[in-house]
Formats: sequence, structure tokens, C-alpha cells
Amino acid sequence: MKLSLGPVQYFWSTVKLRAFYSAVANWPVDIVYLGEVVCSKRRELRLTDWLEIADELTTAGKEVVLSTMTLLEAESELSSLRRICDNENYIVEANDLSALKLISIAPFVAGPHINTYNVSTLELLFAKGAIRWVMPFELGKENLTELQGNKPEGLQTEVFVYGKIPLSYSARCFTARAHNLAKDHCELKCRDYPDGLPLSTQDNKNLFTINGIQMQSAKVCNLIHNVNELKNLNVDVLRISPQENNSEEIIRMFDQVRRDAAINDSVIEDSGGENWSNGYWYGEAGMDWVINEEY
Amino acid sequence: MAILNARPSLVCPAGSLRALKAAVDNGADAVYLGLRNETNARNFPGLNFDEHEIKQAVEYGHQRNTKILLALNTFPQGKSWSKWVAAIELAAKQGLDAVILADLGLLRFASRNFPDLRLHLSVQGSATNRYAIDFCVEEFGIRQVVLPRVLSLAQIRRIIEKSSIDVEVFGFGSLCIMVEGRCALSSYVTAESPNTCGVCSPAKAVRWLETSQGRQSRLNNILIDQYRHNEAAGYPTLCKGRFTVLDKTFYAMEEPTSLNTLDILPALMDAGVAAIKIEGRQRSPAYVAQVTRVMRHAIDLCYDHPQHYKVNEGWMTTLNKVSEGQSHTLGAIDRKWQ
Repeated sequence: MKLSLGPVQYFWSTVKLRAFYSAVANWPVDIVYLGEVVCSKRRELRLTDWLEIADELTTAGKEVVLSTMTLLEAESELSSLRRICDNENYIVEANDLSALKLISIAPFVAGPHINTYNVSTLELLFAKGAIRWVMPFELGKENLTELQGNKPEGLQTEVFVYGKIPLSYSARCFTARAHNLAKDHCELKCRDYPDGLPLSTQDNKNLFTINGIQMQSAKVCNLIHNVNELKNLNVDVLRISPQENNSEEIIRMFDQVRRDAAINDSVIEDSGGENWSNGYWYGEAGMDWVINEEY
Repeated sequence: MAILNARPSLVCPAGSLRALKAAVDNGADAVYLGLRNETNARNFPGLNFDEHEIKQAVEYGHQRNTKILLALNTFPQGKSWSKWVAAIELAAKQGLDAVILADLGLLRFASRNFPDLRLHLSVQGSATNRYAIDFCVEEFGIRQVVLPRVLSLAQIRRIIEKSSIDVEVFGFGSLCIMVEGRCALSSYVTAESPNTCGVCSPAKAVRWLETSQGRQSRLNNILIDQYRHNEAAGYPTLCKGRFTVLDKTFYAMEEPTSLNTLDILPALMDAGVAAIKIEGRQRSPAYVAQVTRVMRHAIDLCYDHPQHYKVNEGWMTTLNKVSEGQSHTLGAIDRKWQ
């Protein structure tokens, strides 16, 4: 099984992004997804900058995929999408049907926001040139078992195994709203929240994480205990989502486990199970943390 | 300019035969409905149609020149695929005027096996731009698209300019503030979402508690809101709760409110929308009758006498009464809302 590093979901500065990806070059991940995927107002890096990072990571032996946005409305956003799809060196991860329209011949990755819930959809994507699909976040083991048994031969499968889950997208910017600003005058407030802005219930339970127009889970999805199941289901790639701190440790932990090393229980317990979720995997509420006796 | 465009169709919801008749009798051009199972995004207890009722609905509608559309706008999973296939077969057999689909696999199946069946891309299909629409036209031959409620008026206009097919927008009803088809807030908290189970914030997960702080609404035990003793309480939809962000407690996503486009109907018609949809298959026949009647009058006045169009106070009062939180908004159509 390969390990992938998903696209950065947050608005990080150029300096932070450059430093992050310089470090990534030395981490045990096989595939790196690059690009702005949430808001077109985040223009810290241009496509040429991303391609430069892509070249550096390729030199370091990584396979690079250019990720694209999920909610595209404006013509300027479609133009940016077209430029990404027209690049000649890297394959693209589609997260909207517009990307499928623009890259329908080249090989591509069908991202988690292409709603892939059944074999017929997998067949369509494969026929359009998909080499890999990423399972939607709200599906679990039961769905995956059925799809793995019936998917087109040669189509790879990727599963999101670690990170806050991107749950929804809106025209409204919730970070701006929390600052009493409209999206058109947002002052790029999301720059101040490199791991998102916590939203909690009135009785102080963390519920969601605000990330601009995107709403994420508050809890971190963590399928470290399910790596063997994923392996037995012939999953090809495990995806880890970048966060401001500890991304390297998390990747090294998954790297150990995929190599059949015993899970370092102390590392897992120290990180605090109450902030983790794995409910979707078990067909339960996504926020739940299901204890499996077989661990 | 409105005179150059065709009169937009008024597309109304029905969760029962009585609601269907209310829509038809009050001037709907088309009525959309769903089967009594998870094949549609209003899979609520006591709602929707079985095969016999669909037959009656088609008869009643067609005798009165009203089109009947079948919503199959959830995403089939696993062994239940055959239920969606059976529903498409039923639509073709019973002469429904279109099926409203969201799932790519199902669109592919329908376009290949039922080439004469008119396909509409559901709002759950998340097509928010012209390339996404083009993809579905080229791949599946869709003839109409329902736009998600995340676009500004300028963006709607632009899509219509570039689109080769009919464009439908929401005109009134409960407001999804997230891109439809891409919201998993509900399954994160309750295990069931519009995409997977045809429900959002399902009623079976709702609990009301009287506490010393007031009345609480909970969804799978998560506190969505609490109300002072004299405060009106709303249904605990996740995106309309009061939460705490940066030490402030407020409607962090959206207030309980409904979409209402009466104020900008001339602009929508000038933009060339082909159909205007009313939300609410879960609502009563009385709701369907009232809203259909108001929207029929408004569309006709706006089309026949655009220079005299003015929002009638009575219309607004009627619609506000059946709105969430008794208030209304233009949502994302108004750029400032975003």
C-alpha cells in the first residue's frame, strides 16, 4: 500500500507551504497532492509556484498530483481550473464535474468530492480515464467491500485515513461571518487559522471546524487501527491530510503500520482518542469513535 | 427583455396525492414527487408515493396539462441498486415527463437504457458551473439542470447565457446553504445524510429537553440550540443551530429562514430561467396550495406585465407565514449574503 499526503486544506503562507513541502521530500509518503482546493481568493502561490514545488518533489522521488477545487462558480475559477488541467507534466485530481469535462481524455484521479457511491459510477470514471478513485468520506467498510469486489480491473482505490474531514462547502464564508465580514471583504481572515477555526456547541463540545467556505469535522478521522482491514480489501493508497503540526509523526506511524510493524499503542493513546473519529468506517455517525475489540 | 424569454415553468412539490392535487389545482406547470423509499432526498415517514399513487398522479396531472416529474436524487449504494433501476423503469412505463437524477452511475444507466426518457440533473448533482453542466449534457444528454442555491444572480445569468439546456432555480422554500450533494454534516452527526439516506438531520435523531437554561434541541445528543422560555423554537437542522465561535454564540452558519425570490423575479426571468422550483415535498397540502398560488400570480404578472410587476404585500405575508423562522432571504443570489 502506498501513502499519500492530501492537499493542504487551510490558507498557509508561502513561507509555511515552502517549508512544509521541503520537509515532505524526506518523509515516507509516495504520493503528494498539491494545490489550493477550498477558496480561489487564497492566491499565496500561483500555478507556476505549485509546479515548481511539484518538480522538487518529483526529483525527491514522489509521485505528484495536482488537486483542484470542489466549488467552482466564477469564470476566473474555471480559467484557473483549465490552466491546471492543461499542464503537461502532472495528472490532476478532479473534485467537480467541470474538471471531468476538461480532462476527460488524460489519466486522472477522481477525488473524494466526485460522488462515487456505486460500481456504475466507477465504470463511468474508469471509461473517462480515471486511474484511481478516492472513496467519499461518508462511506465505510461495507460500501468499500462491495465496490472493491466489483470495480473495473486496474482502477486503484484510495481511502482517507487521517485528518479532519471536509464535510461541506457553501457560497458563504463562515470564517468571514465569524468576524462579521462579508466574503467579498473577508480580509483573508482564514490566514489566521492554520488548522481551521473551532466551532463548538453551547455546552462546549467541539463539533465542527470552520475553514472559510468549507466546514470540516472537529474530530480527526483516524483509521490507524483499520490498516490491516484496508490492506485485506486491496486498497492501493492511504491518504493523510496535512495539519499544522505533527504531520511527519503521523505519516511515520502509518508507514510503520503498513509495513506490518506492531502499532505503537502508547503513541496512539497519548494523542487522545476523544479527539478522534472512525464512525464512518463502521457505518455509524462520522463523529463516533468505535472501539473494535480485535485491536 | 422578459418578453423574449418563454414563461418559466412553475415546478411544485408533492409528498402526497392531496398535495399533488393542490399543486395542480393552483397552477403548477409541473409537479415533482418521489417514491416511498430511499431513492429520493425526502425519505420521511408517512410521505411520498407508491406505484399505484404515481399512476393516479400522472393521470390527474396529464388530464390538466401538468407535467409529473420523478425525483430519484439520492446515491445508490451496494445491493440496493436495483431499487433505483426499478424506479427508472417505472417512470418510463408510467409515462412520467422526466426523472430528476443526481448519481453519475444512474444517469449513465438511464441514458443508455431509456434514451427517450427526459433527464433532469438534480440540485443534488452539484452542478454550479457551465463545464459541469456541459459534462452532463455530453455524457448523459440531460435536458434540464437544477442549480444549487450557492450562486449569485450574475453567476446564474452567466450559466444561462452559456447553457444549451433549460436552467431551473429555486424560487421559494427551506434554504440549503451548502452546495447540495456535497454536504455530509448530517451523516457526521447522525450517520444519515441526503446523499446516503435521503434525509438531513433526521427526525428520529431529534430530542427536545426542558432544562433550567430553557428548552434544548438535540440531534443524536448534540446540542443544536437552546431557547429561552418565550422564544420560538425551530427544527434542529445542523446548519441553522446556534454555536460558539471565538467566544461568541450565534447562528454561525445561517439563521432559521427561507429562500424567497419574489423581489428579484423580474431579474430571474430576464436572465432566462426556464423553471422556478418550490421546495417542500415534506410540507402539507395547504402549504403547497398557498405557495403555488402566490408564485403562479407572481410569475404571470411578471411575464404578462413586466412594467407593472410589484411584490404584493399579501403574497409576502402568505409566504412568510409558511417560512422557517417566519423570515426570508435571497440567500447566495444576493452577493452580500455570502
